[in-house]
Amino acid sequence: MTTTADRPAAVAPRVGAPDPSRRPLARRLAERVPPTVSRRAWRLAELAVTPLVPADYLDLVSPLRAGADLRGRIEEITHETADAATVVIRPGADWQGHVPGQYLRLGIDVDGVRHWRAYSLTHGPRADGRISITVKAVPDGVVSTHLVREARPGTLVHLEQAAGEFVLPVEGGRFLFVTAGSGITPVIGMLRNLFPSTDEGVLRPERSAVHDVVVVHVAPTRPDSIFIRDLEALDAAGAIRLVARYDDQHGLLDVDRLDELVPDLAERRTLACGPAGLLDALAAHHEARGLELVTEQFRTARVEAGEGGTVTFADGTVVEADGATPILDAAEAEGVLMPSGCRMGICFGCVLPMTSGAVRDLRNGAVTTAVPGETNPDGVPVQTCVSAPAGACEIAH
Amino acid sequence: MTVITKKPENPIAHLTDADVEAIGAELDAIRQRVLDSRGASDAAYIRKVVKVQRGLELGSRAVLLGSAFPPAWVLGTVGLSVAKILENMEIGHNVMHGQWDWMRDPKIHSTTWEWDNASTAEGWKHSHNQVHHTYTNIVGKDNDLGYGIMRVDEDQRWHPMYLGQPLWNFLNACFFEYGIAAYDLELGKNLRVPKEKRSEEFRTGVRKTLRKIRGQATKDYVVHPLLSLPTGSFLPTLAANFTANLVRNVWSHSVIMCGHFPEGVETFERKAIPADETRGQWYVRQMLGSANISGSKAMHLMTGNLSHQIEHHLFPDLPSNRYAEVAPQVKDLFERYGLRYHEAPLPQQVASAWHKVVRLSLPNGWLEETTVKNAPQQLAKLWKMTTGGPKVRRAIEARARQEARRAAQAEPVRAA
Repeated sequence: MTTTADRPAAVAPRVGAPDPSRRPLARRLAERVPPTVSRRAWRLAELAVTPLVPADYLDLVSPLRAGADLRGRIEEITHETADAATVVIRPGADWQGHVPGQYLRLGIDVDGVRHWRAYSLTHGPRADGRISITVKAVPDGVVSTHLVREARPGTLVHLEQAAGEFVLPVEGGRFLFVTAGSGITPVIGMLRNLFPSTDEGVLRPERSAVHDVVVVHVAPTRPDSIFIRDLEALDAAGAIRLVARYDDQHGLLDVDRLDELVPDLAERRTLACGPAGLLDALAAHHEARGLELVTEQFRTARVEAGEGGTVTFADGTVVEADGATPILDAAEAEGVLMPSGCRMGICFGCVLPMTSGAVRDLRNGAVTTAVPGETNPDGVPVQTCVSAPAGACEIAH
Repeated sequence: MTVITKKPENPIAHLTDADVEAIGAELDAIRQRVLDSRGASDAAYIRKVVKVQRGLELGSRAVLLGSAFPPAWVLGTVGLSVAKILENMEIGHNVMHGQWDWMRDPKIHSTTWEWDNASTAEGWKHSHNQVHHTYTNIVGKDNDLGYGIMRVDEDQRWHPMYLGQPLWNFLNACFFEYGIAAYDLELGKNLRVPKEKRSEEFRTGVRKTLRKIRGQATKDYVVHPLLSLPTGSFLPTLAANFTANLVRNVWSHSVIMCGHFPEGVETFERKAIPADETRGQWYVRQMLGSANISGSKAMHLMTGNLSHQIEHHLFPDLPSNRYAEVAPQVKDLFERYGLRYHEAPLPQQVASAWHKVVRLSLPNGWLEETTVKNAPQQLAKLWKMTTGGPKVRRAIEARARQEARRAAQAEPVRAA
């Protein structure tokens, strides 16, 4: 998921940072120890556990503590529709909070393999300090299917801090959200924050008065729509104006006729999230009319494995290799200095991180893919001596 | 032992090229079946071993804080020894082989792992994964055949210096981690090079290894004894840590000797290995160049599953917990192709390996020919070979070979 926002990164106020009085007692006590003493104690601990680090032991008992790698624990999984679920996560102590509309990257082990994916945060900052994502199980989606159908509360997941510029400016304004399918997830986060829903109905706090929101939501059918009841409730309460368009009732949405659905289109800033086809059509439409558009796209690119391709290295060197030539050989032939070893896949001396693209293991044809923003943040390690490019790929070396 | 191609009966002479390729295809299929079934339970296994090991190490070190109390010393030392063995064998060795890289967990990954050992992960991955596993048992290529300090094959030329090898094999066992560090650096070879001509790579390696050794020694011989000072346990903790390292070293040395040194494990001649060795040929070399230790599950765990050395050499990157399950399939393959699956209990393999070390510390054939009756003549011959210089040695060796040939002609080799 990347934002194609054409505005400078908003200096987003970090809402939801932990209240100092709520921090664990141990941490507050630790802060009272003079820094030189605690630094020395830490150094001693490091010397005592080398070649490991103290964190390797602390992680066994307290994986969510301050100072640990950022992780979270799944606490609740609520099913929204037949194939979508909201996953509520207790983030580690170092979670810096987020702005509604942002996403996070989450790493979870499926069948023993760590996968990373990006998901929109579907709540504004919550009083209980927890965060939530809403996941729709997509066909062949290893992680989404796992989260919706297999994952259980108690599971530890790996997190990165929230990111993304697909957020509402605090000063308010007139907005049009265009969402399709699970493109609703970042938007629902923003709407829930603007208009909290309680037992007494939809609240309209002061901060929401400066926002005027129309939502055009596109989905194949109504039962397919995650959060449709929330949207309808907001519409009924007069908080937003909802234009729901279902393919089975209204036919496919024609972007050129958007101004029929939203007559004051020209006065609104459009924020759109959905599949590439819709976003491209919207971009062309808005550009022709000189309108402002901020988009957020799920799945920037699905990697289709091919035969051979170009390998791009970090210094910009591009090497061409066919589907039968290992990356190592192709790169060396072009004069790229590569780490290498046995050249038969057994010594792991040639492993390098692939940041995007696909490679094929020449021994058994297994394909490994890397999608920026989705798979491992530091790249997927591949054995260059037995892997041939399966399409264009980038190697961080 | 002598290289396979020079043996009177070559144990692979009956294999056709098609057999060798069929063996390769079968082994590839076994490998693929494991790859296809790798999953959450394997990941849970290694995480559990790591967790247990860390718990055991931490607990033992805590107990050792009061090691002036003798039962605490015994308990802590035993626990720490076991923890160090697990760390080196089942975790370190296997993680650095990339066996767990498929999990994509940066904390259990061959590119990030560092182990509790004098040798650096980087140096060891080169000498072990790359050199030893690629050129397994090729005389002159695989330095693991005697680690450059011992003669473990008839085809390595005998020199009087080797008379001392039982002694230094024992010393190497006690200080094995330092021996391995020196071996990774190819210290012997590099020290012969004049100081100013030594490669930058070697000098960097030395620096990194010294830093590693300093860290390890500080931990075991300074920091933990100091932490034990309040209970008056400085010296007992120091002794406990030294003992644990000694136990770990002797144990891993013994296990590793069993992998390739027992009598009957084949070695290979450098020029007999084709430049374009096929996958099948490579597999066959691994099959005959390794030996297994039979035993319980606990034995497999404590050897880091190197008790399945044959399976490990065939599939160095498969998770260690799966070797036991593929072993019967591999053994069956050996039987069908009339090959010897070399397997015996630990004491037997250790004894066999030591027998070879002693036998080859003496000139070829010397030990076999020696009886109580001819002992004086044999000792005289040994004395001559030790003091006589290379020319005399070669003459005596040539005469011995001639006599052996004559004896062989007189008494034809029985059919196997």
